[in-house]
Amino acid sequence: MATFVHSLRRVVRRSETDERPDVAERVEVPAALAGQPPLEIAPNDPIIAYFQSARGAVAIDGLELDSPALAALRAAGVKLVVPLVTQGELIGLLNLGSRLSDQEYSGDDRRLLEGLAAQAAPAVRVGQLVREQEAEIRSRERLEQELQVAKLIQQHFLPRTSPDLPGWDIDAYYHPAREVGGDFYDFIALEDGKIGLVIGDVTDKGVPAALVMAATRSVLRAAAQRLIDPGEVLERVNEHLCPDIPENMFVTCLYGVLEPATGRLRFANAGHNLPCVRSGSRVVELRATGMPLGLMPGMRYDEAEAVLDPGAQILLYSDGLVEAHDGRREMFGTPRLTELFAVLGRGERLIDRVLGSLAEFTGGGAEQEDDITLVSLRRSAADHVQLAEFTLASEPGNEREAMRRVETAVAPLGIPPERLERLKTAVAEATMNAMEHGNGYDAELPVHVTVAADSRELTVRITDQGGARPIPEAPAPDLDAKLAGEQTPRGWGLFLIRSMVDAVAASGDERHHTMALTLYLEGDADAGNGL
Amino acid sequence: MPATGFDASVRTVDGRAVIDLRGQIDGSAKDELGAIYERSVLGDAGDVLLNFAGVEYINSTGIALIVGLLGRARAEGRTLAACGLSDHYREIFEITRLADFIAIYPDEASATAEDEKEPT
Repeated sequence: MATFVHSLRRVVRRSETDERPDVAERVEVPAALAGQPPLEIAPNDPIIAYFQSARGAVAIDGLELDSPALAALRAAGVKLVVPLVTQGELIGLLNLGSRLSDQEYSGDDRRLLEGLAAQAAPAVRVGQLVREQEAEIRSRERLEQELQVAKLIQQHFLPRTSPDLPGWDIDAYYHPAREVGGDFYDFIALEDGKIGLVIGDVTDKGVPAALVMAATRSVLRAAAQRLIDPGEVLERVNEHLCPDIPENMFVTCLYGVLEPATGRLRFANAGHNLPCVRSGSRVVELRATGMPLGLMPGMRYDEAEAVLDPGAQILLYSDGLVEAHDGRREMFGTPRLTELFAVLGRGERLIDRVLGSLAEFTGGGAEQEDDITLVSLRRSAADHVQLAEFTLASEPGNEREAMRRVETAVAPLGIPPERLERLKTAVAEATMNAMEHGNGYDAELPVHVTVAADSRELTVRITDQGGARPIPEAPAPDLDAKLAGEQTPRGWGLFLIRSMVDAVAASGDERHHTMALTLYLEGDADAGNGL
Repeated sequence: MPATGFDASVRTVDGRAVIDLRGQIDGSAKDELGAIYERSVLGDAGDVLLNFAGVEYINSTGIALIVGLLGRARAEGRTLAACGLSDHYREIFEITRLADFIAIYPDEASATAEDEKEPT
């Protein structure tokens, strides 16, 4: 007697509407039947319904059904089928060929087989469930791994620090959603001290989006070095992307060229969110039209120009911000953004304010729906003056020299004594970080310090030779943990710096790393006491 | 003043060790500070008062050294107190939460007078 069990993989009860007749169920064949082709049963094959409702063993020869599977069973020499049904669900078939004696199966045989099937069906089902669960875990792990890869690609291609541009405060923020989207931004050093500003968003998520983002960034960087007009740069990128970009994917992108000395910004926009500029308390959106990149070749991109006056600030952002939803499915929206930009307090960090408002809007604990990218550039006020510039060797104790020189330089500003002490401590700590982490206490490597102020704020910039490598961020110091021996007693430097001044920003290029310490000269006298 | 810019001495007042700290408490003060603490608790003196009146500079490494001293004192069951801190360094003791573990007095006289009372 040739007996074999056909386990139907994922034979689930389907309603008429969700049946997919084009997808065939594949019936696995045990190793004993190697050599025989696997039995395919289409989900709409009437034999499935027949077996599901059959009571007991079914003699194949007596069946009359318009069923391809039935024909296949016959061709395979199957004489008797005992459906394996558990909880009303057909999960497999016990198929038998002719008896060795060529006699018909007896009533006893059938009862034996039916008893066996009744016992086997739940056991087979448990086996199937375990296998499905294992497959699901594997697929989830693969998905997590893919997300990690996407994150790595994206992080690799994002700037590690913002450029250090005298007279400008540059600030950037990027936070991927769990399912990494395709946001990106970039700063490109161009001829004559100009700087290329890029913000973009690839539709889709995960590894494909990250790869398209990486390609777009590389092509854009190359085009920006060769071409002057932002519109032409986007045209070139579009031509490069169109032939290779996967179907249904495209890239929104804003590209601008800033002349730091004059504040002149020429830009073109391939369907990206419009940047906002605040000058005084007026906020305007900068418009230039153009289709997203990668949709169709031969596109032209309008160019527009704006001038960022002294004190003006521009914000570039991605749709992850304005399209974030609250609990009632309302969107954060551009008006809310421009409003809060308009009433931004003197000395308030725009990005902090935007993120604070967003967290309040979404309710904080909600999962971030899409990547969020923010890039802000603020031009110093017109009365911006440099008060001091000096260089120190990286030798232990020189941080006190930095303190003394900064104290002398800011004397004309009449900073209240307690604020001055805080500034001095921040300067000492940042100088120590520069000498230790940036320059490795190599006396040959200088620390460069500039002190500049306008009527609103004082900024001390401390630059080392450590390149874009950021200072290792110690975990937030926790005195209880330190006393319990769970944290090193050290690690207070950045904490002190952040507590002592009103704003701290890191920037740099391939060779230098700069920490800018800002003290607001007007308004809240408690600023700087950040705890 | 020694080359390290840090100097300290210890006295005993009413059974309590008083460590007078002078100069700069930074990385270079490490050995001297450790040694003076050892000396202050010789003969099992009880609590320790750190007198910062002569201190002009404390940096983050100095804060770490004080955290180290505090850890030792607590392990030995001693109370650590401080006096003579400038307003600025008192603020730093507060934001680092050292002030939660070290009673801070304006000066030595008040530290002695308030010895048995809650610090202000």
